[in-house]
Amino acid sequence: MAKLLLYLTLATSLIPLFSVAFSPENPTDRRVLVLVDDFAIKSSHSLYFGSLTSRGFQLEFKLADDPNIGLQRYGQYLYDALVLFCPSVERFGGSIDVASIVDFVDSGHDLIVAADSNASDLIREVATECGVDFDEDPAAMVIDHINYAVSNFDGDHTLIASDDFIKADAPVLFQGIGHSLNPANSLVLKVLSASSSAYSANPKSKLSNPPSLTGSAISLVSVVQARNNARILITGSLSMFSNRFFRSGVQKAGSSIKHEKSGNEQFLTEISKWVFHERGHLKAVNVRHHKVGESDEPAIYRINDDLEYSVEIYEWSGTSWEPYVSDDVQVQFYMMSPYVLKTLSTDQKGHYSAEFKVPDVYGVFQFKVEYQRLGYTSLSLSKQIPVRPYRHNEYERFLPAAYPYYGSAFSMMAGFFIFTIVHLYSK
Amino acid sequence: MAAAAKAGEATLRHAFGNVLSFFILLLIGVLAFSIRLFSVIKYESVIHEFDPYFNYRVTQFLTKNGIYDFWNWFDDRTWYPLGRVIGGTVYPGLTLTAGTIWWLLNSLNIPLSVETVCVFTAPIFSAFASWATYLLTKEVKGAGAGLTAAALLAMVPSYISRSVAGSYDNEAVAIFALIITFYLYIKTLNTGSLFYATLNAIAYFYMVCSWGGYTFIINLIPMHVLLCIVTGRYSSRLYIAYAPLVVLGTLLAALVPVVGFNAVMTSEHFASFLVFIILHVVALVYYIKGILSPKMFKVAVTLVVSVGLVVCCAVIAILVALVASSPTKGWSGRSLSLLDPTYASKYIPIIASVSEHQPPTWPSYFMDINVLAFLVPAGIIACFLPLSDASSFVVLYIVTSVYFSGVMVRLMLVFAPAACIMSGIALSQAFDVFTRSIKFQLLRILGFSEADAGDGSSANVVPENDAVKVDKSEETIKERPSRKNKKKEKEQMEKAQAEKTSAKSKTEKRLLVLPMELSVIGLLLLVFMGAFYVVHCVWAAAEAYSAPSIVLTSYTHEGLHVFDDFREAYAWLRHNTEVDDKVASWWDYGYQTTAMANRTVIVDNNTWNNTHIATVGTAMSSPEKAAWEIFNSLDVKYVLVVFGGLVGYPSDDINKFLWMVRIGGGVFPHIKEPDYLRDGQYRIDSQATPTMLNCLMYKLSYYRFVETDGKGFDRVRRTEIGKKYFKLTHFEEVRQS
Repeated sequence: MAKLLLYLTLATSLIPLFSVAFSPENPTDRRVLVLVDDFAIKSSHSLYFGSLTSRGFQLEFKLADDPNIGLQRYGQYLYDALVLFCPSVERFGGSIDVASIVDFVDSGHDLIVAADSNASDLIREVATECGVDFDEDPAAMVIDHINYAVSNFDGDHTLIASDDFIKADAPVLFQGIGHSLNPANSLVLKVLSASSSAYSANPKSKLSNPPSLTGSAISLVSVVQARNNARILITGSLSMFSNRFFRSGVQKAGSSIKHEKSGNEQFLTEISKWVFHERGHLKAVNVRHHKVGESDEPAIYRINDDLEYSVEIYEWSGTSWEPYVSDDVQVQFYMMSPYVLKTLSTDQKGHYSAEFKVPDVYGVFQFKVEYQRLGYTSLSLSKQIPVRPYRHNEYERFLPAAYPYYGSAFSMMAGFFIFTIVHLYSK
Repeated sequence: MAAAAKAGEATLRHAFGNVLSFFILLLIGVLAFSIRLFSVIKYESVIHEFDPYFNYRVTQFLTKNGIYDFWNWFDDRTWYPLGRVIGGTVYPGLTLTAGTIWWLLNSLNIPLSVETVCVFTAPIFSAFASWATYLLTKEVKGAGAGLTAAALLAMVPSYISRSVAGSYDNEAVAIFALIITFYLYIKTLNTGSLFYATLNAIAYFYMVCSWGGYTFIINLIPMHVLLCIVTGRYSSRLYIAYAPLVVLGTLLAALVPVVGFNAVMTSEHFASFLVFIILHVVALVYYIKGILSPKMFKVAVTLVVSVGLVVCCAVIAILVALVASSPTKGWSGRSLSLLDPTYASKYIPIIASVSEHQPPTWPSYFMDINVLAFLVPAGIIACFLPLSDASSFVVLYIVTSVYFSGVMVRLMLVFAPAACIMSGIALSQAFDVFTRSIKFQLLRILGFSEADAGDGSSANVVPENDAVKVDKSEETIKERPSRKNKKKEKEQMEKAQAEKTSAKSKTEKRLLVLPMELSVIGLLLLVFMGAFYVVHCVWAAAEAYSAPSIVLTSYTHEGLHVFDDFREAYAWLRHNTEVDDKVASWWDYGYQTTAMANRTVIVDNNTWNNTHIATVGTAMSSPEKAAWEIFNSLDVKYVLVVFGGLVGYPSDDINKFLWMVRIGGGVFPHIKEPDYLRDGQYRIDSQATPTMLNCLMYKLSYYRFVETDGKGFDRVRRTEIGKKYFKLTHFEEVRQS
C-alpha cells in the first residue's frame, strides 16, 4: 500500500519525497494542502503552521484560485487533509469545488475550514455541507458586551474571550462570524460556544431587528466526525489562528486576571491534533473467537456452544499505539437483533474478551462491536459466523422420558415372538 | 394330439410376443429418452429454470461432501440471516438418485460431471416411468393396453414439460415412483403376495423421498380400499395390499427428515389410518362371520353396532374437536387449496402467486394431453367391462387426478399418467375389436375354418388378465368366456375351462363382429388420431417445453436473437462482488443466485418463511429511503431486478410486482394494494398512482429507461412509462445486462 502510493507520488512529483500517507497503521495525516487567499497568511499565521510542521506534517501552500490545484490525480488522493484558510475565495481554481471537497471528506480525509466575516458563499456552502450554517448577514460578527477581551484596539466588543471549553487554562480569543448547528445533524458538535450574552450582528450598523443568532446557540468552533471517521473543524474566525492572537495576552472584561498568553495556541494545537488523527484514534485488531477450551477459530458454531470472543483495542498516541483501557466495550451476537449483549472485560493491556453461550437459535449471526465514544473514532466491527443446529448424531441418546417407549417396543417384539410360537406350534 | 400341438403353437406365439414386447418396450424407452433431448440440441446441456438449480446445487454438495454432511447441511447462503437447514427441509429422493448415478458412473470410471448427470436424470426416469406404466396397465388390462399406455406416456406433453433434459426437478423421478407404487399396489392386490406388499412399501418410501405429492398416494390408496370394502370386494388380498403399506410405509416415511412426525400428525395422512382401522374392523367382521352361525352373527352385529356407534361417536367428537382447535384444521396450505380451490387466493398470496399453482385453462388440457382427452372416457368405459379391483383403482385414480389437475396446473402431471393409462386401454380395446372384426371378415372371405380363427383370436389378441383367484376366475369366466389365465400352476385348469367354454365363446364372438368397412375406417381414424398425437407431442417437446428459461430466444425479422442476460448477470455477481455480499431479489431468482452466482440471498424459491418474503416485498414496494433501511438492516449490498420492458420479456418483476405488494401487505399493513392501483387497474403509465411511481421496484426497473428510445416505451405493458426522468438517491446502478 505504502509502496504503491510512494510510486504514485514520485511519478506526480508534486509532493516531496518520502512522504508517508495516512494508513491504518499510522493514522495521522501527513500531507496537508493549505489553501489561502494570499501568501501573507503563511507568515501571519506562521506559529500555527510551525506547530504543524514540527509535528511532522508536510504542508503545501497554494492560492485558493491557483488553476493547478487538485485533490486527486488518477483516482488517488494527493493529500490526507485539507485546510481552507481562504474565507473570501469565490471560486476555487483547478478541479476543486464543493462536490470534490465533500468527496474528499467522504473518502475519509480531514478538513479544517476557517471562515471570517465576509465569508464567501463558497465557504458557506462547504460549511453547510458539513452541517453548520454561518450567519447569513455577510457583515455580521459575534459581539459580546460582557465576555469580550479587554484590548486597546477593539471598541466594538467583537474580540471575544471564550473559556467555554474543557480544561480551559486561558480564554481563547475569537473574532469573526458565528454559526449555528443544523439540529438534524447529530454528528456535528460545538467545541467552543459563545456565552449567553453574545449575539451575532453587524458591529458597524445599528441593530434594527433582533439578531437571528443569540446566546449559546452561537457556535464559535465546531467539529464533525463523520461516520467514516473523517474529521472536520469549522470556525468562523481565521484570525484566531494568527500569530497575533497566539501571542497576545488576554484579560476578560470584568475579570482582574490577566493571562500572559491567550489560550489560542494550546486550544488550536490540541484540536488540530484531534482533527489530524493524532489523538482519539482507535483501532481494533486480532478479532478472535473460538470455542471455550479450543484455540482454533471454527467456520461454524453449533447452537448452545460456549464460545470466547476477544479483540484488542489500541489508541494512537501520535507516535505509537497504546492500549486503550475502558470498561464499556460491548460485543453483540447479532442476527437482526442482538441475541447476546455482553460487556467485554479487559486486562488493561488492550485485550478485551468475553465468554458466552451461543443462543438456542440457528442462523447467520454476527459478532458486532459498535463502539462510539465522543472524541474517539468509532469502532464498528462485524464478523459473520453461521450457527447450525445439532447434527443428527449430536442429540442426546436414551432419554429417560423415552424408556416407556423402549419398553413397549421390546415387550411388543417379545410378545409377538411368543404369540407366533404359540400360534404355530400349539396345535 | 391336436390339443398338444395347439398348446405348443400358443407357447411359441407367447414367446414371440414376449420378445416383441421386450423390444417394443426398449424402443419406447429410447423414445421417451430421446424426445426429451430437444432442449439439449436446441440450446445446450444446462439446468433449466429455478428449482432445478437448487437441486443441482444440493447434488453438487452431496457428491462433494457425502451423505451425512448433506443430511446435516445447514446452508448459510440462503434466507440470510436465518439460514436454512437443507437436510431437514428437502425431499432427498432426486438428489440421492442423481448422486448415486454419478457415483456409480464414476466408480465405473466414466467421468461425467455432476451437471451432465443432473441434466439427463429426468429423461432416464421418464423411460423408467413408461416401463412402469406398461407394468401397471398390464396388470389392469393386459399387455396390449400396457404397451399402448407406455408409448403414450413416453411422449405425453404434460410429462415432457417437467422432464425435458435439464429439468432437474423432483417431479422427474416422482412420476416414476408414483406409477411404480401404484403398479406394486395393484400387483399385490392381484396376487396377494406379501413380497410385493413389501416392495410396495419401499416404492412408497422412494416416492416420499422424492416429492411432496406422495400424499396423493396415501389418500388415493385408502380411498380405493374403502371403495372395495363398500362395494363388498373385501378379500385377504386387499388386506395384504393395504395393511403392510400403511404400517411399513408410515414408518419409512417418518424416516425422511422433511416428513418426520408429519407422517402421523397431519391431516393429510389421517385417511390412511382411518381406513386402516376400518379395514381391521371389516376383517374382524368377516372372521366372526366365518366362525359364527348366521343367527348368532346377527345378534353379535346388533350388539357390536350399538356399542360401536357410541364409541365411534365419542372418538369422532374428540377428533373433530382436536382438529378444529388448530387454525388450518391440521392441513397444510397447499393441501387446503386443493380441497378448496379458492383457499389460497383468499388467505395465502404466496401460494396463489406461483403460476403453477393456478387452475389451468381449458386449452392447457388440449395442449398437455391432446387427443388423450377424448380417449379417456372410452378408457373409463372399458375399465367397467368388467370392473375388477385393478380397473376400479385406475378409474378412481383418473377421477381424483382430473379434479386435482383442475385445481392446480402443476398437478396436470399426476393426471397425465392416468390419462395415458386410460387412453392406452381405450386404444388397445378399440384396436382389439376392429382387428378381430377384420380378421373374422377376412377369414370368412378367404374361407378358412371358423373354428381356428375364433380360437386364435381369443388366445392371441384378447387381453389377458392374470392373477385372478381361482374361485373368482370361474365367475368371471362365465361373464366373459374369452378370459384366459396365464399362470403356470393354473394352466391345467385353464385348459379344461378353455376347452369347455370355447364353443360358447365362438358363438358369442360372432355377434360382436363389426362390418369390415366400418372396422377399416375406424382403424384408419385411430391411426390418424395417433399420428396427430405424435406430431403434437414432437412439436410440444421441440418448441413449447424445451426452453431452459435462463436463455431466452426471440425471432424477429432480423433472425434469431438469443438473450443470455440471466447468466451474464449472475456471472457478473460472481466475479465482481465479495463472497459474503448479500443480494436481494424477488424470491424467484433466489435459487439461481445461490447456484450460479454463489452469493447469499435473502429469500429463495423455497418459500418457507412468509414474513421474510414479505419483508423483501415491502422493501420493493416502499419508497427508496424506507427500502434502503430495510435492506440495510438485512446487510444487503446488491439488489437484483429483472426487467423485460425493453426486449418484451413478460415475466419480469414489474409484472410480478402486485404479488410483492400483496405478500408484503399481508404482513406489513402499511403496504396497501389499492395505493398501487388506479381505479383497480394496475398501470405504470402517467395515470399510475404516486405510490407506484415512487416505489423502489418502479425506480429500479425504469431507471434510465427513457435513455433507450427517448420515450420510455415499455414493450411488455405496451405503454409509455409514467415517470421518465428521475435519479436514485439511496441506490446506484452497478450493472445492466
